[in-house]
Amino acid sequence: MFSRAGEEDMTTDAFPALSLVPKADAPQSAKDFKSDQEVRWCPGCGDYAILSTVQSFLPDLGLKRENIVFVSGIGCSSRFPYYLDTFGLHSIHGRAPAIATGLATSRPDLSVWVITGDGDALSIGGNHLIHALRRNVNLKILLFNNRIYGLTKGQYSPTSERGKITKSSPQGSIDYSFNPVSLALGAEATFVARTIDSDRKHLTEVLTAAAAHEGTALVEIYQNCNIFNDDAWEPLKDTDTSDDFMMRLVHGEPIRFGKHQEKGVARKADGHLEVVEVAKAGLDNILSHDAHAKDPGLAFALSRLSNPRTLANTPIGVFRDITRPSYDRLMRDQIAEVIEAQGAGDLQTLLHGNDTWAVS
Amino acid sequence: MSKQVVQLSRVVIRFAGDSGDGMQLTGDRFTSETAGMGNDLSTLPDFPAEIRAPAGTLPGVSAFQLHFADHDIMTPGDSPNVLVAMNPAALKANLGDVPRGADIIVNTDEFTKRNLVKVGYETNPIEDGSLDPFKVHPIALTSMTVEALKGFDITKKDAERAKNMFALGLLCWLYHRPTEGTIDFLTAKFGNKPEIMKANLRAFEAGWSYGETTEEFSIQYEISPAPMRPGTYRNMSGNLALSYGLIAASKLSGLTLFLGSYPITPASDILHELSRHKRFGVMTFQAEDEISGVGAAIGASYGGALGVTTTSGPGVALKSEAIGLAVSLELPLLVVDVQRGGPSTGLPTKTEQADLLQAMFGRNGEAPVPIVAPQSPSDCFFAAIEAARIAITYRTPVFLLSDGYLANGSEPWCVPDVSTLAKIEPNFAYELNHEAADGTMEFWPYLRDPETLARPWAVPGTAGLEHRIGGIEKSDGAGTISYDPDNHDKMVRLRQAKVDAVARTIPDLVVDDPDGDARVLILGWGSTFGPIGAACRLVRAAGESVAQIHLRHLNPFPSNLGMILKSYDRVILPEMNLGQLSMLIRAEYLVDIIGYNQVRGMPFKSDELAAVITDVLESG
Repeated sequence: MFSRAGEEDMTTDAFPALSLVPKADAPQSAKDFKSDQEVRWCPGCGDYAILSTVQSFLPDLGLKRENIVFVSGIGCSSRFPYYLDTFGLHSIHGRAPAIATGLATSRPDLSVWVITGDGDALSIGGNHLIHALRRNVNLKILLFNNRIYGLTKGQYSPTSERGKITKSSPQGSIDYSFNPVSLALGAEATFVARTIDSDRKHLTEVLTAAAAHEGTALVEIYQNCNIFNDDAWEPLKDTDTSDDFMMRLVHGEPIRFGKHQEKGVARKADGHLEVVEVAKAGLDNILSHDAHAKDPGLAFALSRLSNPRTLANTPIGVFRDITRPSYDRLMRDQIAEVIEAQGAGDLQTLLHGNDTWAVS
Repeated sequence: MSKQVVQLSRVVIRFAGDSGDGMQLTGDRFTSETAGMGNDLSTLPDFPAEIRAPAGTLPGVSAFQLHFADHDIMTPGDSPNVLVAMNPAALKANLGDVPRGADIIVNTDEFTKRNLVKVGYETNPIEDGSLDPFKVHPIALTSMTVEALKGFDITKKDAERAKNMFALGLLCWLYHRPTEGTIDFLTAKFGNKPEIMKANLRAFEAGWSYGETTEEFSIQYEISPAPMRPGTYRNMSGNLALSYGLIAASKLSGLTLFLGSYPITPASDILHELSRHKRFGVMTFQAEDEISGVGAAIGASYGGALGVTTTSGPGVALKSEAIGLAVSLELPLLVVDVQRGGPSTGLPTKTEQADLLQAMFGRNGEAPVPIVAPQSPSDCFFAAIEAARIAITYRTPVFLLSDGYLANGSEPWCVPDVSTLAKIEPNFAYELNHEAADGTMEFWPYLRDPETLARPWAVPGTAGLEHRIGGIEKSDGAGTISYDPDNHDKMVRLRQAKVDAVARTIPDLVVDDPDGDARVLILGWGSTFGPIGAACRLVRAAGESVAQIHLRHLNPFPSNLGMILKSYDRVILPEMNLGQLSMLIRAEYLVDIIGYNQVRGMPFKSDELAAVITDVLESG
């Protein structure tokens, strides 16, 4: 009704998952995606870097701007849609995946993105997140994780480390934290990745892979809140320490890290994963990353390597990217099959039913 | 053997048994045959929330009441003329409703010592004289069924389970009902279990033949067809009518019907029904929870679909914040609340009208929402279309307040000609609508239609109309975030004025006062229409005058309601709550109301309401 997806040329598509979304008539630039609204995040917030990267990345998709929708919940990150000149819906706390599910399911000609945070997605909206992931709805969920509640001014979040001192935990938080990647893999998400706000190149690569994926993609973005939780990800961002703390997952490559690639991931005799010295273990024993493995077990094991307090052994990149039909496609297929077999419904026939009597 | 045939004007039959005895099915089948005979009818299923409560206990009793007549009737009947009691629990649970002289058919096989003790009978009521005021027909339904099914390759348990068909056959004989429909039904239902099918058919025939041959029943009854306006009729229940109304609204508006729903009694049947109609392009999303159900519906509406969520009272409570979002976004949304007894889990399978104030006020901030309520099972069809019309035209969430009585009750319905149903125009926005200071055209998502005050509905995919909206207060017109005090005051008033403006498209109420001299008015809303109407007939038949109006629109009220209320000396308002509409009426019109309130989980009885009216009339 609103688009002409059928008329689009689908033969040269770099993003097969977006094949039903109409393509732009002319090349776009980042400027085309900037709205006229003044950006109101705190100066120095990691959200600026993400916004700028997304605005630069969207033209790569080559989609009509009016067929892109950003849906958000509540929190600092959820103001994101106001700053993009696409369609945007700033909804209520935790519910963006539910709202986006209705939109994406009924409108296959749209590219639908969900912007959420660690409180929005993992606390108040946890249920919607896991169910969107298991259903594999055609959504790209960007989860800005700053390990703190920003908009309510500094309470601990579901990803805050234990013992964290905040306004609502003066003696230290007694909550065990969520690892969003582990959670998503546990919910059988078909695409799970992690990246960092300040690494523009890596963020762009991960967003590109997410956009190419059919179904739900969960992208956890480590994001800095310089007001309430500054330097939460510092060991991963500081160029002196990042190589030692962070391993970059690349599909088909051995998982190695360290300043001189001296560390790697290997399987222990009991089946668990461990970080080893490559020289001692031997390169043959270093695990190769397989993002397309059907079983999420190894991806989950990788997600458990990192230490939530020190951030040692933190993997970033695409943990999992497998093919499974999306929810909206399955729903459309069921409808198409019924109409194919029985023809479109006739209202008068429906109302009439099979069991009538006449009064004359 | 031919028996005496007696003409009756109307009959009320109640089938009662264990939850597993198939009483709802038996009632449905009898209803279907009765509808086919051309009688007017009205039904009242009454069953427990438990799927299978312990066998033979009072909490496990499931009943189905059917009222049919040779004239138009408005209720499922106050008390049964015939009670079919499949076990002692069913007898005990229902006996209080049975008037002296009524027929009681009891299944003697179940009146064992053990079963009697289970429900607190010290002696067998069939034998101890306690049923002397009634015409009792003790029949060994179970053993006669098992006997009739000897030689079938089925278990004893399956043979016993067919006893409901034996009872149905007997009742069909007793009231001259045709049998073809039930034979076709059983043939289709057990098509892949031929032996069970044959056994049920045999049990049904055996029940019929028993009536024909036994001396227990010397009289057969006939109820002539009721005069009805010409047309094609079918039997219609509330939840089915509501489902069809939603499909019709989708057709009339050209919008995809998207249902986001979480299963809840007594609304789940609408989810079941709509999921069967993919031929109409209907999308049904069984959500992870109530909030997701309404959220997905809002998302679909944002994308240009007709977003609907169906639930009952507890689900509405969970959806409140999202409904408030839809008020702020000003998007079409249908919230169907099939009301049940509350608060909390309350009485899941029983009826009540106690969600009116929740629908009216159950949100944070000033968040007005139009409310529509159907008045009978088949009226759910037209009420659903009306609710959709308001939602689409005014870009607003709309409550459709059905209830458990309407949902499961049924009545004959004259099938409408779809070409007579009015189209609903979505009027999507395609053009820029505002000239900026520098002379360029731009899109303002909150620039309102001067007549309806509705905002433009510009859906994703519309080139040039990209915009951002949300639950934060927006500036009038431009729709950008605004915390300005004057703007907020203006927007709150505009949203209220928009809902008030709906009244301009609501037809005036027409007072029903056949005598033309009534000084007392009886007012109602929703499913009380039947009992109130029947009560008015009783009062008028006794030579008194009473006027009746019934509200379909609860927010806003029809424009002439205040004038009507003020033109009567007294206004009676029966409600299945503690006076929720009374509160709204008093606040709006400063008219005093004589409330009559019951929350028993059951519809009003017409003779009881007639007595209330008569009391008011007599008190001068």
